[in-house]
Amino acid sequence: MIMDDLFRVKVGLAEMLKGGVIMDVTNAEQARIAEEAGAVAVMALERVPADIRAQGGVARMASIKRIREIMEAVSIPVMAKVRIGHFVEAQILQELGVDFIDESEVLTPADEEHHIDKHRFKVPFVCGARDLGEALRRIGEGAAMIRTKGEAGSGNIVEAVRHLRSVMDAIRRLTVLPKEELMAESKRLGAPYELVQWVAEHGRLPVPNFAAGGIATPADAALCMQLGAEAVFVGSGIFKSEDPARRARAIVKAVTYYNDPKMLLEASEELGEPMRGLDVSRLAKEELLQTRGW
Amino acid sequence: MKIGVLAVQGDFAAHGRVLQQLGVPWCEVRHPEQLSEISGLILPGGESTTMLKFLFEEGFLEPLQDFARRGGAFFGTCAGAILLAREVTNPRQPSLGLLDISVQRNAYGRQINSFVDRALSSAFGPPPLEMVYIRAPIITRVGPGVDVLAEHGGHPVLVEQGRCLAATFHPELTEDRRVHQRFLQLVEAASAR
Repeated sequence: MIMDDLFRVKVGLAEMLKGGVIMDVTNAEQARIAEEAGAVAVMALERVPADIRAQGGVARMASIKRIREIMEAVSIPVMAKVRIGHFVEAQILQELGVDFIDESEVLTPADEEHHIDKHRFKVPFVCGARDLGEALRRIGEGAAMIRTKGEAGSGNIVEAVRHLRSVMDAIRRLTVLPKEELMAESKRLGAPYELVQWVAEHGRLPVPNFAAGGIATPADAALCMQLGAEAVFVGSGIFKSEDPARRARAIVKAVTYYNDPKMLLEASEELGEPMRGLDVSRLAKEELLQTRGW
Repeated sequence: MKIGVLAVQGDFAAHGRVLQQLGVPWCEVRHPEQLSEISGLILPGGESTTMLKFLFEEGFLEPLQDFARRGGAFFGTCAGAILLAREVTNPRQPSLGLLDISVQRNAYGRQINSFVDRALSSAFGPPPLEMVYIRAPIITRVGPGVDVLAEHGGHPVLVEQGRCLAATFHPELTEDRRVHQRFLQLVEAASAR
């Protein structure tokens, strides 16, 4: 796999975010609340996924004015989303100087066949994945971080758990397969053979593996960490809850102490109401965001 | 001799892997009481604002000063160096003040200005050290008791004062173990006294 200096500094930033919480924010004030609560980065958005879902229409890259306002408000890294395959939105965000680009299924896809060639950019990319094959295809295209897709804006952790288990199980499986079976496995996964070999040898993804999509409580965040995620994204879960600042601090604490039930209890007390969740199994197929991406 | 790695967030696992390779016992530190079990503490790379809030909220500040007074050694990389500094700017934020340097955060710019450099260090001689800079800070001032062990673009990037070692780059993200070995020597020298 490509491990030149450029790719190493891209993955390097992802390494620095491990064990942290990346929070969706839609303005400078929310960004400051997130930073104050201990977020390691913010995702600058026009609308959080729950509102994108409720309002419908085409969801595009956020306005430059809004992203810039957020970049000026905080000293932590700022991420922003582009539509799947929309490499010009990505060129614009790189020019603006955002620290990480999320090629995201939460926005309306611009290309129904191809993702962005992320190796051509200096700025690192994160991409969503539901299984190992999808994760390795994105890494093959140059993603420096993988996150589960989960089901964004649902406030329901079930899909993130499914995706995390799927990726982790497939990694464990690769580590015990005899070498001669790796080619057929790579064909089955739809993943580049050299990356399949890498994972089989190392027992992990070659880039950090984060969780996203439906995290609403400190317990949700710690569940993802115990299942093998190395950090979490919280989208609608914070600013759609009753007391965002308190919930944000609690989720940060839960990720640091993800393996310590005593501290998790402390983090879970007196949080106010979480966001209202959706039963994902009752969503119509065309309402699912996770099926976007190829 | 046991080394602790502050495990609030950041690349603490990368430091752990290096210590493992070097055959040194180590543990992740998340509670102030753990400082009594270790002889040296590594403050890893990550977000200094996040770690700083954690140190305040979890009551680490006094115990860390006590640890320093008892002869504990410190090694900070990037965000860790920011935490150790006497003065921090861009924006101004509190710090532990254990190392007499002034540091400007994110001084090279944003992530697109992150880079890898290879440069000789006066502490080790050839081959050059591989230095990975991620949204790195710049050391803008060093106090009289601080030794500069390596530089980039006219600024110190690896400095040492007493039992305190700090790098603005990430030796834990390379295969070169010399910087960690130097820290272990500091810890040993401190324990021997």
